[in-house]
Amino acid sequence: MTISEKQQELLDELNLFQDWTERYEYVIGLGKKLSPMDESLHTPERLIKGCQSQVWLDAGISDGKMSYLADSDSVITKGMIALFVRVLDGETPDDVLSADLSFIDQTGLKEHLAPTRANALTLMAAQMKKGALEASQA
Amino acid sequence: MIRCRKPIVRAPLRNSQVPRNRFHLPLSLAHNSLRDYRSPVPTLDPKALRTQFPVLHQEINGSPLVYLDNAATTQKPVAVLEASRIYYEKINSNIHRGVHRLSQAATAAHEEARSTIARHLNANRLEEIIFTSGTTDSINLVASALGRSSRLTAGDEIILSGLEHHSNTVPWQMLCERLDLTLRVIPLLDDGTLDLEAYQKLLNERTKLVAVNHVSNAFGTVNDVIHICSQAKQVGALTLIDGAQSIPHFKVDTQLIDCDFYVFSGHKIYAPTGVGILYGKHDLLCELPPWRGGGEMIKEVAFEKTTYNDPPFKFEAGTPNIEGGIALAAAIDFVNNLGLEKIAAHEGALIKRAAELLDDLDGITIYGPADRTGALSFNFDGIHHYDLGTLLDQMGFALRTGHHCCQPLMNRFGITGTLRASFAAYNTIEEVEALASALKKALMMLR
Repeated sequence: MTISEKQQELLDELNLFQDWTERYEYVIGLGKKLSPMDESLHTPERLIKGCQSQVWLDAGISDGKMSYLADSDSVITKGMIALFVRVLDGETPDDVLSADLSFIDQTGLKEHLAPTRANALTLMAAQMKKGALEASQA
Repeated sequence: MIRCRKPIVRAPLRNSQVPRNRFHLPLSLAHNSLRDYRSPVPTLDPKALRTQFPVLHQEINGSPLVYLDNAATTQKPVAVLEASRIYYEKINSNIHRGVHRLSQAATAAHEEARSTIARHLNANRLEEIIFTSGTTDSINLVASALGRSSRLTAGDEIILSGLEHHSNTVPWQMLCERLDLTLRVIPLLDDGTLDLEAYQKLLNERTKLVAVNHVSNAFGTVNDVIHICSQAKQVGALTLIDGAQSIPHFKVDTQLIDCDFYVFSGHKIYAPTGVGILYGKHDLLCELPPWRGGGEMIKEVAFEKTTYNDPPFKFEAGTPNIEGGIALAAAIDFVNNLGLEKIAAHEGALIKRAAELLDDLDGITIYGPADRTGALSFNFDGIHHYDLGTLLDQMGFALRTGHHCCQPLMNRFGITGTLRASFAAYNTIEEVEALASALKKALMMLR
């Protein structure tokens, strides 16, 4: 599945929920299903700066494919970053770098977020691309 | 002691005696137009009161707005909005220098606002009231002027409390760095009140200033500022009380507190942002040097030597927020018409009911003493305050999450922040009950 197909799949899933509470619960659930990130990886370098809650991202590469681990002390933030992980994990650095991540605007989640939090989504996306750039240059 | 010439008012201010128009100007423009809009005296029926706050009547995400972020800023009643509008529509002009009618009217309205505020704070004289842009500006003014005075020398001490907002912390830290002073902090007891025994021990002959808030913005703790000021006085220290969170909730009497400085922001008491007050004892204001230079604050300017104006003008360089000052006076009239005792009783009932209902929720920690004013701060085990705030926002509730600009206080309790509900006169018991239900729903989603 391509990145854009995965984005469409996620949007289709979210569109199953009419009610905002269900939509949030689904996103929170996606966060809870993320692969566990060991506490030892909660380092200042992995902390995404500028978010009101703490969110850590670890970007690695194996067999030419990106591998992301993410965690947050906020379950909503963790759910948000899980959306990105689901779409970008296992893709090549080049594909991650060229990915159009505007699908997040169509999730209906961003419009309900305070600007600081919507900004956090942008920061997360940027951090994931930065990880891909570093991996491709390593 | 330095004496200023030409006091604006020679006799002590008494409520009935304050001159309404010290400029003896034709007030047909200023006076009437700024009074006519005033609606009949409202009673503290919160539902009726809400009709005077246009912003409250809207929906957020399909639910009625429940505004519980009043410690951050309050909403504005029609009386205040009208005072601003009428100022610009009828008398907008620069003050204190114009020969023309509008300038005279604007000057009269501005100075009448000063007099309203002086009466409200029970100041001794009008010159004790300085218009600033807000609490932060007022504190920076005092810090800066004290720093330029001969009152502080290296090794002197300033005492703050562990409850302070960053605005009553950072200006003093900057001053301490500049003059090599020592900052001391009154520690907190576990219930979020000040350890006054420890305070007593901190005081010594090197203590030059004690700066504490009257009410904590984060926990709603009310400090015994009369005691704090009298203790400070015994070692000859000056006192500054940050009244940002007290002024909207109860009557403040600066002579009773006997503090040297009292500061607050207009926007916390139903007035616009960008205007605030520094009350300072007159002798001190005469003694302290100005901090900002410009128009208005001078007596005579020559390139060789400029002489400064007397207070309050010495500290009011440049064109002030004229409309803001007038609107602030309208806001003070508004709360006095409502009755601050009635406001305090109503808000006290709201916060007590909120604490009772929330206390029943599983895993809650409520911070601060049981007897609190304005703000109720809490957390739930294993739940991020930001997540709760986000879900409450979805349901139309405006609460503050985070450290409330009190990081040292949060550190003291080992937390990164709290969720805070803060109350104003227009909040209702129904809103408090709806908050408890909304929290239950949000907790179910997050657990």
